[in-house]
Amino acid sequence: MSRGRGVSPSVSPGVSIGNEHMSTGARARAQEHGRMNAQDPVRFVAKNMRVDLRLIAEMIAPGTRVLDIGSGDGSLIEHLFRTKGCDARGIEIDMAEVIGSVAYGLPVMHGDADTDLAHYPDGAFDYVVLSRTLQAVEQPRAVLRQMLRIGARAVVSFPNFGHWKLRLQLLTRGRMPMTPAWDRMWYETPNIHPCTIRDFFDLCSNEGYVVERWLAADDTGRRAPWRRFPRLANLFGEQGLFLLRRK
Amino acid sequence: MDQPDTLATIAHQTITFMDGMVLECGTRLQRLDVAYRTYGTLNEARSNAVLVCHALTGDQYVAEAHPITGKEGWWVQVVGPGQPVDTDRFFVICANVLGGCMGSTGPRSPRDGRGNGDGDGAGAGRGDAPLAQWGTDFPPVTIRDMVRAQKRLVEHLGITRLFAVMGGSMGGMQVLEWAALYPDAVFAALPIACASYHSAQNIAFHEVGRQAIFADPEWHGGRYWQRGTVPARGLAVARMCAHITYLSEQALTRKFGRRLQTAPKDPTEAITLFGDMFEVESYLHHQGSTFVHRFDANSYLSITRAMDYFDLAADHKGDLVNAFRGTRTRFLLVSFTSDWLFPTAESRAVARALNRAGANVSFVEIPSDKGHDAFLLDEPDFHRTLAGFLAGCAEHAGLGA
Repeated sequence: MSRGRGVSPSVSPGVSIGNEHMSTGARARAQEHGRMNAQDPVRFVAKNMRVDLRLIAEMIAPGTRVLDIGSGDGSLIEHLFRTKGCDARGIEIDMAEVIGSVAYGLPVMHGDADTDLAHYPDGAFDYVVLSRTLQAVEQPRAVLRQMLRIGARAVVSFPNFGHWKLRLQLLTRGRMPMTPAWDRMWYETPNIHPCTIRDFFDLCSNEGYVVERWLAADDTGRRAPWRRFPRLANLFGEQGLFLLRRK
Repeated sequence: MDQPDTLATIAHQTITFMDGMVLECGTRLQRLDVAYRTYGTLNEARSNAVLVCHALTGDQYVAEAHPITGKEGWWVQVVGPGQPVDTDRFFVICANVLGGCMGSTGPRSPRDGRGNGDGDGAGAGRGDAPLAQWGTDFPPVTIRDMVRAQKRLVEHLGITRLFAVMGGSMGGMQVLEWAALYPDAVFAALPIACASYHSAQNIAFHEVGRQAIFADPEWHGGRYWQRGTVPARGLAVARMCAHITYLSEQALTRKFGRRLQTAPKDPTEAITLFGDMFEVESYLHHQGSTFVHRFDANSYLSITRAMDYFDLAADHKGDLVNAFRGTRTRFLLVSFTSDWLFPTAESRAVARALNRAGANVSFVEIPSDKGHDAFLLDEPDFHRTLAGFLAGCAEHAGLGA
């Protein structure tokens, strides 16, 4: 979703890392997209099986039904179908990405996390995935509720606003932090609902969600070693990744 | 207006079902003709068949020259060797719809109950009763009737499951009906630039066209065929009116702007009260006058009515979800940004109903300024979307490359 992908912008180092893992097909698609994207303002760049997507894929059991909200160029659903035999589908708000995904043979529909999840029946999926998008939706809590209504489990990843670099910048400069993960000015960032790992734990607790698994990772996807210590993870993890289910 | 009956001179490839068919309205057609064309080769497993459903004024000549106009097939950019619907890979079937005028049973067909004076005696007008056409007495057909007639053809060809059913506009309505009526016979469904019902606005435009036909002095209460005439002026106006709805303001501006041209000398070619005419007028006149050579006015009435009646949700207890519940068909819905006849919102409504039914749905809106007609035109994004979707489905269906 365009708003969600604001965190992986054109100049982010994360993208070049992703490119190394890019399949030939994905690269061809990205080139095709370039033509269409040229007319539109660049709202985000394809995630190219980003490292956090690989971590997400590890949380998903084979042969399950998966909905990827904000499926981008479709890397995750393709990966889940090819390597795990999942019935994986996508919703994506950026039409160029939707066309690119469908033209690649992937089941993706144009839609918006804030408005379209309501049209799925209860328990339609085993997993509903929202990667790096939660902070960009209009109603994060409502979107989470929808995810755990239509799916038995939700997989959520988001960039951690509690990372020490962000804290330090705000403290020392008194200005909105700018980092590779948060690199858009406050007046144009799509990330309208930043949160920290501890904030997210609180939300899960308030909403009555069980955190089955969680981890913090740096921007290149290496797992941070503080998984038993949320406070440390919140300081040193660049992104948080959660597997949730209803109580 | 006197003019040769070009439609009568063409022989179409046709299958006849002598046991006829009971229509949704309750009337039994004693005999059912389905005219069709096929392209490509049916594989041994009979698993590579793609049914293409044509639009209101389309026909079965998808990928070859039209027998009357000589123009190339109406979807050659989509169907053919190496095209998105690759005839080197798929066996493509297209049938003239029930109610049509290109060989399938329709208002031009000999009426049932020959010479026994049923109906209002229309058959006794001229000459021998067996030659009498249905004309306006042709029973009202529906999109579902069209689909059921196609099902007969598909079964006749020995196919129990179609790999895909696809079509735009009224063709898309048929696709939705196929998926609702025969879910197990449709592996993939591609309703394009369509809706699950015909809107009040669309019915209104159809009615203008129908009234134009009725107002033609050559209409003769629908029995123009008895007098050897056709209501060409009225049918042309109907076509002109409809044609505007197939385009967009942007497309008209781009193609014609406000440019003027000299009015033609020959008043039968175009009627104008002025010395000059706008290019857009000339274009519409041309669209209207060529149309009447290849289409029958009573067919136009029958088919527009069938579209108007279409409301898939109403047929399923008022909720579109009921039409698709439990379906295993894979769907691709396509709309076009500038299509105001079947706007994206209507395709999105179908997509959401399919979501609620738990169906596997892909849905794209193709950016285009060409209006509703975009589905028939050169739209590379649309074509690669079709090709990719079909390739993905072929993989899931276990169809070899």
